[in-house]
Amino acid sequence: MKKLLSHLDWLESEAIHIMREVAGQCSNPVLLFSGGKDSLCLLRVAEKAFRPGRFPFPMMHIDTGHNYPEVINFRDKKINDLGERLIVASLEDSMKKGSIVLKSNDEPRNKYQSITLLEAIEEHDFDCCIGGARRDEEKARAKERIMSFRDEFGQWDPKNQRPELWDLYNAKVHKGENIRAFPISNWTEMDVWQYIEREKLELPNIYFAHQREIVRRDNSIVPVTNVTPVRENELVEKIMVRFRTVGDITCTAPVESDADTVEKIILETASTSISERGATRLDDQVSEASMEQRKKEGYF
Amino acid sequence: MEKNTNNIVLRFMTCGSVDDGKSTVIGRLLFDTKTILTDTLSQIEKTSKKKGMTEVDLSLITDGLQAEREQGITIDVAYRYFSTGKRKYIIADAPGHEQYTRNMVTAASTAQLAIILIDARKGILTQTKRHTYLAKLLGIKHVIVAVNKMDLIQYDEEKYKSICENYKEFEKNILPLNSPININFLPISALKGDMIVDRGNSMDWYKGATLLQLLEDLDTSEDIKESSLRFPVQYVCRPRESANKELHDFRAFMGRIESGLLKVNDKVKVLPSGHESSIKEIRIGEQLIKEAISEQSVTVSLVDEIDVSRGDMLVHHDDSVGAIKNFTAMVCWFAEESLSPNRTYLIMHTTQTSKAKISSINYKVNIQTLDSELVNELKTNDIANISFKLAQPLIVDSYNKNRSTGAFIIIDESTFHTVGAGMIQLLD
Repeated sequence: MKKLLSHLDWLESEAIHIMREVAGQCSNPVLLFSGGKDSLCLLRVAEKAFRPGRFPFPMMHIDTGHNYPEVINFRDKKINDLGERLIVASLEDSMKKGSIVLKSNDEPRNKYQSITLLEAIEEHDFDCCIGGARRDEEKARAKERIMSFRDEFGQWDPKNQRPELWDLYNAKVHKGENIRAFPISNWTEMDVWQYIEREKLELPNIYFAHQREIVRRDNSIVPVTNVTPVRENELVEKIMVRFRTVGDITCTAPVESDADTVEKIILETASTSISERGATRLDDQVSEASMEQRKKEGYF
Repeated sequence: MEKNTNNIVLRFMTCGSVDDGKSTVIGRLLFDTKTILTDTLSQIEKTSKKKGMTEVDLSLITDGLQAEREQGITIDVAYRYFSTGKRKYIIADAPGHEQYTRNMVTAASTAQLAIILIDARKGILTQTKRHTYLAKLLGIKHVIVAVNKMDLIQYDEEKYKSICENYKEFEKNILPLNSPININFLPISALKGDMIVDRGNSMDWYKGATLLQLLEDLDTSEDIKESSLRFPVQYVCRPRESANKELHDFRAFMGRIESGLLKVNDKVKVLPSGHESSIKEIRIGEQLIKEAISEQSVTVSLVDEIDVSRGDMLVHHDDSVGAIKNFTAMVCWFAEESLSPNRTYLIMHTTQTSKAKISSINYKVNIQTLDSELVNELKTNDIANISFKLAQPLIVDSYNKNRSTGAFIIIDESTFHTVGAGMIQLLD
């Protein structure tokens, strides 16, 4: 008798296994949840891993204060429906405390997330954060472990990672140190969309094509919002767009698209010629090593 | 990129150094299967120009870290993905230098297939032997020997054939530690794109499959009826506080089937206790299923209330496997600090962790000559045969029979770093 799992079953099974290892090995883990598509896949995996029991960890959102309201509403509804617990750690609080000092008020806040995240880890004494990062997203991530060790300062040392063999994950840490666990490391953007389709996952509506006011700035489409206002001499257009990633408003750009269903998005993903971050992340384009640098500083 | 929801996953690794064109082979696979997207490509074009190159250097696709780009070397294992509609491929791209044995071992641990690259001008080198040995040691069953840079030897068929003959000759003598491996040969030019995805026009004499075709058609399935059930318990589910009263007494065991087949009503026993029961329900999430196969993560409940916790293993009731406290294993040492026979280490095996002491270092394998040597200590990248004594019994199989229950990692008790990995050899 010969049987092989389909790739989605295989990826799901691997992700469940990783989450259960976190639950089995770590004493106080947390799942980072943004309301974005990758973290929604994580929640479905967690349901499959732990139901009919409760999740053995709370969810946590690092809130930059610059989010689309649709995503925040969706986030709260989702956690409520699941009957699980949500912790919100907000950048505003770190700013009040003085641990985050912005250079200017309209500065992109993504890189400051690390500070709030590290503060929250310390406050709650978390020894592991589960995240939805994928290795196909970015070249520094391609080299990261599934269970990635961070020192007391939250730093990732790419040249000194713990070897990771078979499906044996070493999540042992001393107090103050931390593991970042990535159950969907081996998923690609296409896998994520196929999983969303198969599992009929609900998503925030800004993932689907909609009319939005935008301006075109340095090869990117910038949505017109109160934190990303129109600059002088810019022309506001109203076009059909969708978001391929959902994050802080100041660093997430939409793409032009008519895809208003998961099925159409899958077709579009199959024929696209621009990578997910290339198209939509204003923060990765600064230099070839910007993600690696942020990760070394404690970023997810 | 293809949209197909029934891809089968194939994990493979590539062995070779920068000079063999390893990165170019991977770059070519990704490029010709249209996995590389325009923005990545334009970045690579920019970098190639900066380096003064006339053609786009596809090897740049696999450079991940700043230090790697600066030094033009690969430091760590990187994982790449592409999909054809028939299969989803996960490539473990490991640097091939001798000092990076640990990376090759890491990459090989999850690979089903290894592509071993040989520079057509140089033929078989010491590193070819090393790569073949490590692939076999780590239990890889399928090898593709790709003779690269055929363009630099004018696509000479005779030279290619003699390299293949030489390889077959020496491979026979590499420790037959595991069951025989399935070897395929092919000539390629990664730089020109010959025989990777497209056939090209330069090697009409070669009638075999291209590299991608070999990957697509390879049969990696194993007969699950031939392997014994191994279900290590990862986590125990007790939703007592649930609002649903029916769940107050619910108790189930969560884990992944590492090998074999598990069906409802199967008679099982829990190891190491030996208590027997039978399977009441199997589920994935809240969905009930009748049977589960190897690699599936499931939740299992038993008919009887018996004590089961993380670290225990469910096997079929008539299985003769038992828990042992002594074994011998081939170990690859990773840490900068030498292995010390006076220290206690932690051994992580399936979902169990035990303290362990070294009984003896039996011999070390010289990774150049593959000869055995007597030594008293182990240094980074050394491979040795070691006997262990455990504090707690483990349920193990020989690595050549079971890659999950035959494998373990060694953890330093004080730093918690992963300092080594081992493959168990049982006498039977």
